[in-house]
Amino acid sequence: MASELTVLFRRLRTWAMLLALAAIPILIAAAVKLTSRPATPGRGPLFLDRITQNGLFVAVTALVVSVPLFLPLTVGVVAGDTIAGEASLGTLRYLLLAPAGRVRLLLVKYTGAVVFCAAATATVTTAGALAGVALFPVGPVTLLSGDTIDVGESVVRSLLIAAYITVSLLGLSAIGLMISTFTDVPVGAMAATVVLSVVSQVLDNLPQLDWLHPWLFSHYWLGFADLLRQPISWTSFGDNALLQAGYIAVCGAVAYGKFSTKDVLS
Amino acid sequence: MTAAAAPGGLAIETHRLSKHFGQRAAVDGIDLAVPRGSVYGFLGPNGSGKTTTIRVLLGLAAADHGDIRVLGREMPRELAGVLPEVGALVEGPAFYPFLSGAANLSRLDTADRHASPASRRRRVGEALERVGLAHAAGKKVHAYSLGMKQRLGIANALLRPRELLVLDEPSNGLDPQGTREVRHLVRSLTEGGATVFVSSHLLAEVEQMCTHVGVMSAGRLVAQGTLNELRAAGRTRVQVLTPDAGTASRVLAGLGLEPGLPEGSGARPAEALVWAELARPGVEPETIVAALVAGGVRVRGFSVERSSLEERFVSLTGEGFDVVG
Ligand SMILES: Nc1ncnc2c1ncn2[C@@H]1O[C@H](COP(=O)(O)OP(=O)(O)OP(=O)(O)O)[C@@H](O)[C@H]1O
Ligand SMILES: [Mg+2]
Repeated sequence: MASELTVLFRRLRTWAMLLALAAIPILIAAAVKLTSRPATPGRGPLFLDRITQNGLFVAVTALVVSVPLFLPLTVGVVAGDTIAGEASLGTLRYLLLAPAGRVRLLLVKYTGAVVFCAAATATVTTAGALAGVALFPVGPVTLLSGDTIDVGESVVRSLLIAAYITVSLLGLSAIGLMISTFTDVPVGAMAATVVLSVVSQVLDNLPQLDWLHPWLFSHYWLGFADLLRQPISWTSFGDNALLQAGYIAVCGAVAYGKFSTKDVLS
Repeated sequence: MTAAAAPGGLAIETHRLSKHFGQRAAVDGIDLAVPRGSVYGFLGPNGSGKTTTIRVLLGLAAADHGDIRVLGREMPRELAGVLPEVGALVEGPAFYPFLSGAANLSRLDTADRHASPASRRRRVGEALERVGLAHAAGKKVHAYSLGMKQRLGIANALLRPRELLVLDEPSNGLDPQGTREVRHLVRSLTEGGATVFVSSHLLAEVEQMCTHVGVMSAGRLVAQGTLNELRAAGRTRVQVLTPDAGTASRVLAGLGLEPGLPEGSGARPAEALVWAELARPGVEPETIVAALVAGGVRVRGFSVERSSLEERFVSLTGEGFDVVG
């Protein structure tokens, strides 16, 4: 496992993606700072209008911005690469000959993708917090429910949101892993994963497909606003976790079924 | 060494092993028998199914038919127990280009749950030393040359003491020193009691280092045995250098051989080379010499020529250059 993370994090690509993610909150903060005109509430991403009053909102805004595309993009790259990447390098056969064990390899690969999800959200959150503290005043935060919490409590809430988003990305990671077992072309698996995340969000916005919405893995992606109420409403967190667990189970089973009998010919 | 390493046992044994890709059989009912302690040369033209056989033997691909036993245990059922005893190089080396040589070996070693982490650094160092890469250990693999990658692939197979080494074209891309080293390496491995199964199309190399040979052609195993058996199965011919070509031919014919037409001429124009296939049992070279001398033939030169492995190989697998597709 440690070795898996070494391979993941000794890769230039991984750092490039994390850096790009870190740039998002920094860009947002800089843009808001440079345009003196206060943002009109209701326009732009959620919470954007609050940044000038309280730097702590930079992180939350950056997360809102990253969830639909940037995070799925990077997660898709990592998850799609899991098996297909090893296959295209040819290292897959040497891992299996070691012997790594096919099931164990799948589990380790998935865990690696999960760690990346956490690292990606943590990067956005941390960079956002730092940029916010550096450029804007920081003070007690007014929640969506109107209550006010102090700075310490708001840090806890930020971490909760990061955790929520990490969980949100687990289903997508499982989908990426599953697709990755079907091909030896990593770019294909990555692209398919990212495209699926976009398709899922599009479908989620079509009112005609109401019945489908609760089953889409991206359905609760923006539901973390519930964590900004007092008292915290945990229902969307729970529903989301349950849905993601379902995706992990189904995609994990398919990936296992495919990979455990696959001829490794690369 | 485990108890299964009894002398006389087989390190690799297959029975009617087949593997199809679509309709085409890449491996077609082969019965391999690789004795323990042997150096088994697995020969065959391009596309004859060598690599595919190795993949199936090692559980990378599933066989369509047939049974496989590796080191006395059934594959792929007992894969987890067998593979730690097997060092392999399959279809060329493969590494993470963004990691150093040493880091690559560590990574592959960690993939084996039973490899001791405590001795990992030492084992990686020794393996690199053995293939002459100690100085390039810290270099990223993308900066390695073809031969260096090949050496690193061999080092990976040597990370732990192994009972069986399966090397798919180990000398591919190696310089003459490297090829020599591979031969030495193979010898030292067998001295340590290991079995080496090596696929190659370098016949000279196989002749130099193998004790046993199996020849593949279009998915079938067309010959198998010790190196000498395989050579003996080929033609042997005698050649007589003499000024009395006519008499020599008659003597040879008298022994029941079929002398060929005098071939070329010796150093002096009056001499000719008369040859015949040694195809009759009981007619030994010494009998022939005696008969020639008794027949009054002035024998100026006499030689027995065994067909080379190359001739044997070509006669088994066909002359054609085109890959059987
Ligand atoms: N992944 C694959 N899909 C379909 N056919 C394949 C595949 N891999 C190999 N083959 C076919 O199987 C046959 C045997 O291939 P194999 O790689 O085993 O040959 P080889 O003896 O190792 O040749 P070489 O000396 O070139 O390495 C070939 O006809 C090849 O076309
Ligand atoms: Mg081959």
